[in-house]
Amino acid sequence: MSEFADVAIGVWTLRWRRFRRHRTGMASLFILGVLVAFVLAAFPLQYFMGIDPDVTDLFARFDPPSAQHLLGMDEAGRDVLIRLMIGGQISLLVGVLATLVGGIIGVLVGVAAGYFGGRLDGVLMRFTDGMIALPLLPLLIVLGAIDLTKLGFSSDFAHSGAAGFWRIVVIISIVDWTAIARLVRAATLQIRERDYVRAARASGGSALYMMGTHILPNIATPIIVSFTLTVGRVILFESVLSFLGFGVVPPTPSWGNMLNNAQELVTTAPALAVYPGLLIFVTVIAVNFLGDGLQHAFDPRSERTP
Amino acid sequence: MSELLGIDDVSVHFPAAGGRVVRAVEQVSLSIAAGETLALVGESGSGKSTLGFAVAGLQAPTSGGLRFEGVPLTASTWPAARRKIQIVFQDPFGALDPRMPISSIIAEPLLIQRIGTAESRRARAAELVAQVGLPRDALNRYPHEFSGGQRQRIAIARALSPAPRLIVADEPLSALDVSIQSQVLNLMKEVQETHALSYLFISHDLAVVNHLVDRVAVLYLGRLVEVADRAALFAAPAHHYTRALLDAVPRIGRRRARHGGTIKGEMPSPLNPPSGCVFHTRCPRAEALCGAEVPVLRALSDVQSVACHFPLGSE
Repeated sequence: MSEFADVAIGVWTLRWRRFRRHRTGMASLFILGVLVAFVLAAFPLQYFMGIDPDVTDLFARFDPPSAQHLLGMDEAGRDVLIRLMIGGQISLLVGVLATLVGGIIGVLVGVAAGYFGGRLDGVLMRFTDGMIALPLLPLLIVLGAIDLTKLGFSSDFAHSGAAGFWRIVVIISIVDWTAIARLVRAATLQIRERDYVRAARASGGSALYMMGTHILPNIATPIIVSFTLTVGRVILFESVLSFLGFGVVPPTPSWGNMLNNAQELVTTAPALAVYPGLLIFVTVIAVNFLGDGLQHAFDPRSERTP
Repeated sequence: MSELLGIDDVSVHFPAAGGRVVRAVEQVSLSIAAGETLALVGESGSGKSTLGFAVAGLQAPTSGGLRFEGVPLTASTWPAARRKIQIVFQDPFGALDPRMPISSIIAEPLLIQRIGTAESRRARAAELVAQVGLPRDALNRYPHEFSGGQRQRIAIARALSPAPRLIVADEPLSALDVSIQSQVLNLMKEVQETHALSYLFISHDLAVVNHLVDRVAVLYLGRLVEVADRAALFAAPAHHYTRALLDAVPRIGRRRARHGGTIKGEMPSPLNPPSGCVFHTRCPRAEALCGAEVPVLRALSDVQSVACHFPLGSE
C-alpha cells in the first residue's frame, strides 16, 4: 500500500487506480482515443485537401494509393480514406449511442423490476417478454417506414442524414434493451436480499441509494460484458439496417455498409473490405478489453494483493 | 433504569401459500433499559431473528408497536430513530459489500443519514477502525482481504459509526471460530462501556449469553415464554422449555443433568401452532389445562416472569 495507507480514499479514486493498473484496459482506452482522432481527422482533410467523400470519378475507379488519395479510390472512384473517416464517425457514434441508450433502458427496467419486485416486476417483465416475442425483421421494416413528418418533425429534418442516423439509434435501442433487462433483473434478485443491503436499509437508505451504491457495482460484471458485446454487434447491425434501406443509406458511408459493398469486390479489390473490416475488428477488440479493464476496476477481488 | 426501547404486544405474521398465515412472532412485549443487554434466545424458527428485524426497522410488525426513547415509532419518527438503532448480522461474509472499501462501509450509516462531510466521515471511519482493533491500513482495503472475525469487527464499527444507542446483534458470534468468538464478545463488551450502548442480543448459545447479558427473554414458536434476570434464569429457570434449553448446553467434565429428560421432537410449524400453551406438545409436565388455555406471562418475582400454568419451583 502507499504511504497514505491510513487515510481513507474515495471509492471512485480506488476504482480509477485499479483501472490504471490494468494494462490492456489502458491500452484499449488509448487505441479508442486514436480511433476517435482518426475519424475526426475527416474535417481537416475535407477542408484542407478539398476531398469530398461523395464525389465520384469513374475514371479513377480502383486507383491505387497516391499522394492525393492515401488509400486509393473505391469502386465508384471515391477517396477511401475520407470515407473510412466519415463512416467511422457514424459507426462509432451509432455503436456507442445505441449501446448506451438501449443498455441504460435495459438496466433501469431490470433493476427496477428486480429491486421492487411484486406487481411492477410482473408488468415490466411481461412487457419485456412481449418485446422479445416480436419478430425482428417486420418490426424493423415498420420502424424504418415511419414517416417522421407525421410525428411533427420538419420535412427538412425528416429527409436529412441526421434523421437517418437518429432513426438507427432509436431502432437499435428499442430492439436491443430486452436481453440486458432480463440479465440485470436476475442479477439484482441475487443481490437485493444480501445482509449488506439490509444493513443499509436499516440505516434508512433510499431505494435509489441501494441501487446506485450496492446493486449496480455488484452486478457491474454482467452489465459490462453485455455492453461491450453489444457495441460490436450494433456496428454490424447498422449495416444490416442500411442494407434494408433505412438509417444510414448510401452514399453516406459507414464501416458496416462499406464492408457490405466490398463483399462482391473481394476478389478484385480486397483492400476495400480489409480497411473497414480491420477498423471494426480493432474497435470491437478495444471495447472488449476496455470492458475487461472496467470489470477489473469494479471488482476488488480481481486484484492480487501485493 | 430508564426504558430505551419498548416492544408492545408485537406480532409479525407472514402470508403463506393457500391463504394461511405464519405466526412468526405473536404478541411479544418486552423492554430494554438504557445500557442494558437483553438476550433473545430460542431454537431456530422461534421468531427471534424476525423480532430483531422488527426492532431494527427491517420488518414492519403486523400489529403492536415499538417505542424508542419514549416516542412511539411511526413512519414519521422512524427516520430519526434509524441512526440510533443499528444492526449486526450473523454472517460476516454476507454483511459487507464486497465492492466497497472498508472506510466506505464503516461510514455508510453516516452517509445515508447525511451526517457530517465526506472528510469528517472518513475521519470517523479511521477512528472506529482503531477502536475495534483493526490495523489502520484496513481503511482502503476490501472485505475479501479479512477473516471472519475481522469482518465482524468491521460490521461492529459500521454499527457504531452513527453513535447509536441500541444495537441489534443477530447471532453475531455463531458464524465465528470459538477462539475468535471470545475476542469479538470482549470487543462488544468493551464498546458497550465506552459508548453506553444497549444490545438486543439474539443467540441460541446460552454459554455466550451467560457472559454478556443482563436479562434473558426466551422465545418459543414466536411466543415469549420466560423473561428473567440472567442470574435468576440460570439458577432457577421457571419454564420447562428454559430448563430444557439449559440442560442442552454441553459441559465438559460434568455429566449432563437430566431433569425428567430432555424434550423430544421438533418445534411444531408456526403455520399451525398447537392450541393453548404452544409448548404443551413437548412439555414433560403438560396437563389437560395446557392444551386448552393459553398461559399469560405473569411475574414470579421482581426479576422473573413466566408464561406457564405449572412453572418449575412452584410446587
